[in-house]
Amino acid sequence: MSDIKKFLYVNRKPPYGTIYALESLEVVLIGAAFEQDVSLAFLDDGVFQLTRGQNTDAIGVKNFSPTFRALGDYEVTKLYVERESLEERGLTEGDLQEITYEDEDDDWEEKPSIRVVSRAEMAGIMADQDVVLSF
Amino acid sequence: MSTLHTVNKSPFGNATLSSCLGHCLPGDAVLLIEDAVYGALEGSAMADQVKARMGEVALYVLDGDLKARGIDAGKLISGAKCVGYDGFVDLVTEHDRTQSWL
Repeated sequence: MSDIKKFLYVNRKPPYGTIYALESLEVVLIGAAFEQDVSLAFLDDGVFQLTRGQNTDAIGVKNFSPTFRALGDYEVTKLYVERESLEERGLTEGDLQEITYEDEDDDWEEKPSIRVVSRAEMAGIMADQDVVLSF
Repeated sequence: MSTLHTVNKSPFGNATLSSCLGHCLPGDAVLLIEDAVYGALEGSAMADQVKARMGEVALYVLDGDLKARGIDAGKLISGAKCVGYDGFVDLVTEHDRTQSWL
């Protein structure tokens, strides 16, 4: 049996009102050292974590949104975003920052990490995991 | 392959149970714990949404949390099953993964 497990980090909270979102990202970065098959899910208010143009100067906390763009360097390249959650909040994929990774299996071609999926597809992604960690 | 979903927030102030019900699959189980036990009340504004999934998703309620809140098991949606901590452990072992909806 393979040692590699499928880990899904589920993000359902907005970025700055609570510490959940930042803690999730910290755990993802720590977990990346263990070379597992990691995916991130963004649904409900979690989709707000990925909006482009975040600026936290006035609220005195760290803007961690640029960190998502570093995930590709840690081979975290699957960021699933739920379409219905975007639509319920008046957002489109264009409101999200661009996050890419370089595909080592395809001559390091730059590819998008964000994959917008339906709620039904998200349910299937959740059911396909060995471990689900919620934040 | 199936999932045990746990929910711990009241559905009347938080959409977590609603989101869980929208993502669980046939054969899964939903266990309501802590303030989420209110989500199993018959006749509530949430009841229809819960009952709509109960044909294919099993609903469990943690007995200690129910008793702590003074909710009689007779007030619950028909088919909701009360379990203790031992039953909670059994549910964890009977499913392939546990997803806690925070």
